[in-house]
Amino acid sequence: MSNALSHESAALKAYAEASGWRLGWAKFRRHKLAVVSLYIVGLLYLLAIFAEFFSPYDYSDINRRHVLAPPQAVYVVDASGQFTWPHVRALKGQRDPVTRRLNYIEDPENTFPVRLFAPSKPYKMWGFIPLETRFIGVSTPNRQASIFLLGTDSLGRDVLSRIFHGARISLSIGLVGVALSFVIGIILGGMSGYFGGWVDTIVQRTIDLLQSLPTIPLWMGLAAAVPPGQDPLVTYFMITVILSIIGWTGIARVVRGRFLALREEDFVLAARFSGASEMRIILRHMVPSFASHIIASLTLSIPEMILAETALSFLGLGLQPPAVSWGVLLKDAQSLQVISQAPWLLVPGLAVVITVLAFNFLGDGLRDASDPYGKV
Amino acid sequence: MTGYIVRRILWFIPTLLAVSLVSFAIIQLPPGDYLTVLESQMGAEGDYNPEVVARLRERFGFDQPFMVQYGKWMWAMLAHGDLGYSFEWRVPVSSLIGEYLALTVIVTAATLIATWLIALPIGIYSAVRPYSIFDYIATILGFIGKATPNFLLALVLMWWAFDTFGADVSGLFSPEYANAPWSWAKVRDLIAHMWLPLIVLGTSGAASLIRQMRANVLDELQKPYVEAARAQGLPEWKVILRYPVRVALNPFLSTIGSSIPELFSGAVTTAIVLNLPMAGPMLLRALVSQDMYLAGSFIFLLSVFTLIGTLISDILLTLVDPRIRFEES
Repeated sequence: MSNALSHESAALKAYAEASGWRLGWAKFRRHKLAVVSLYIVGLLYLLAIFAEFFSPYDYSDINRRHVLAPPQAVYVVDASGQFTWPHVRALKGQRDPVTRRLNYIEDPENTFPVRLFAPSKPYKMWGFIPLETRFIGVSTPNRQASIFLLGTDSLGRDVLSRIFHGARISLSIGLVGVALSFVIGIILGGMSGYFGGWVDTIVQRTIDLLQSLPTIPLWMGLAAAVPPGQDPLVTYFMITVILSIIGWTGIARVVRGRFLALREEDFVLAARFSGASEMRIILRHMVPSFASHIIASLTLSIPEMILAETALSFLGLGLQPPAVSWGVLLKDAQSLQVISQAPWLLVPGLAVVITVLAFNFLGDGLRDASDPYGKV
Repeated sequence: MTGYIVRRILWFIPTLLAVSLVSFAIIQLPPGDYLTVLESQMGAEGDYNPEVVARLRERFGFDQPFMVQYGKWMWAMLAHGDLGYSFEWRVPVSSLIGEYLALTVIVTAATLIATWLIALPIGIYSAVRPYSIFDYIATILGFIGKATPNFLLALVLMWWAFDTFGADVSGLFSPEYANAPWSWAKVRDLIAHMWLPLIVLGTSGAASLIRQMRANVLDELQKPYVEAARAQGLPEWKVILRYPVRVALNPFLSTIGSSIPELFSGAVTTAIVLNLPMAGPMLLRALVSQDMYLAGSFIFLLSVFTLIGTLISDILLTLVDPRIRFEES
């Protein structure tokens, strides 16, 4: 009995002494969807970082024997109905006698076992670490052996590998864009909220204006001015800058709102009376108390950046092939003709939706967790 | 209240100026001016006409500073409704874009109305029966709708319709009406073709409106006055519709302003995928071929329509919400 009591009081003591971050984390963990989303986001970034290793093929490998091949299923039951080691069936190309179109059918007699950590032809991780193993592959080094889990595109390139590689640009552009927006937003929003007066008016009116413009036409106009045929890295940064031109407004609003609210708080007044410098008040006292809130709203603006890049690249105004992003991949699936023949080319869109959903739930969870007055 | 509306309308003027500056900056962004392109094009086609080139140079003020060119562009637009010259189509921009913009506004307005008609009842129902199966379905669909880019939804629906009906559902008109003059039959044809763009454009907007309405009504339902109304024996539907819904509508109304820019944005990509005779495909084509007066005019006018839409919604909000009305007077 006394044991249980002391246990309870220890928990209470821990709760009373817990830091804001710890309380927030405890609250975050109760938001199941947000926790799951955190894992999904983590997994996606892992796949993007080690894209070469997780891809079954090189993303630019052209495979003339398998052009627009449908996704291959992994079977655990063989042709005679016996359970076996997971395997894929060889694809046989057959020309349609009427339309002359090449169709692929799976050959149940000719199977290849799926292997994890399969040997592959040598490649370089991040362009400099030589490796000869990939996460997944078929073991037989045979011309007919192939594992296209999401099919191939019109040049016979593996869609799955391209999605993994595309994740690098699509997922990082959100982070870089948000970082850039954050720098602009915190400077302008902070100035706006801290100084008030005419600075505030100008910044706020600019934000009003930018937020009342239709973003896509504006982005299209700016992106069209990016000269084509440049180093993809240059294009990448220019697109990021273009996205941040509007992206900073939301963050500036949040920062300003927080500054305005905190400026009047007693602890800021106390710090000022104690002779703390303005810089110290901002960095030591004000920023920590709204940092969690800012992180939440940053998380919520990442998916907007990802969607914007996807839309621009899809329209052909963002990144250009040979660079791969999810938007660039979706550009291949632009016409009804292509989609009706090869619907698997739409799968990069699924990656976009999953990523955006995960970031939205994660941001929601973080926002709830960062609200000290929300219900525990 | 009148004071607020007048100030809001006056504020519209500097905003317009700022937007026109941004649009003109976009026209000027690509390196070189379009006269050089036109000259080389004329040279290639063998109909080089120095007189036309000189007149155009004078008309748009090329070789002069940015602000002078901007001034000339603005003056021509205000005085003669002249938006510049499309060198790809070889006609004045203003003769080219009217119908595309009109269709854009019609489709967007129809979407806005449709979104409301769908989102309002679903949002209210979700709030009245929270955590029911219906509420969960609405929530899930809402999240997915918000996370799916317009163009992707358009592609998937187009493919689905092709797969199910075996027909290409893109476009806004049947072939026989596409170039026909306006008639009742053409209007009916337009309405028959509008369902796909409406679904594509409306989904993300409806998704966020449903969530907003649900949250608003849920907040109101917990307040004591609802209990009081029930205690007085009012039928439940009257309790809900007469008080909480009315209060919840106000924050809901204020979201129209922010949903209009999104709608116009979405309309551009959707029109490109579905090949609709709206601003999107023309804008994209103009940008790709660097036909900058045409592209800039589209961007400018789309922004102006967005601003007008926001202005109207702000004024409506003032008229509807007594709190704003009295605060300002």
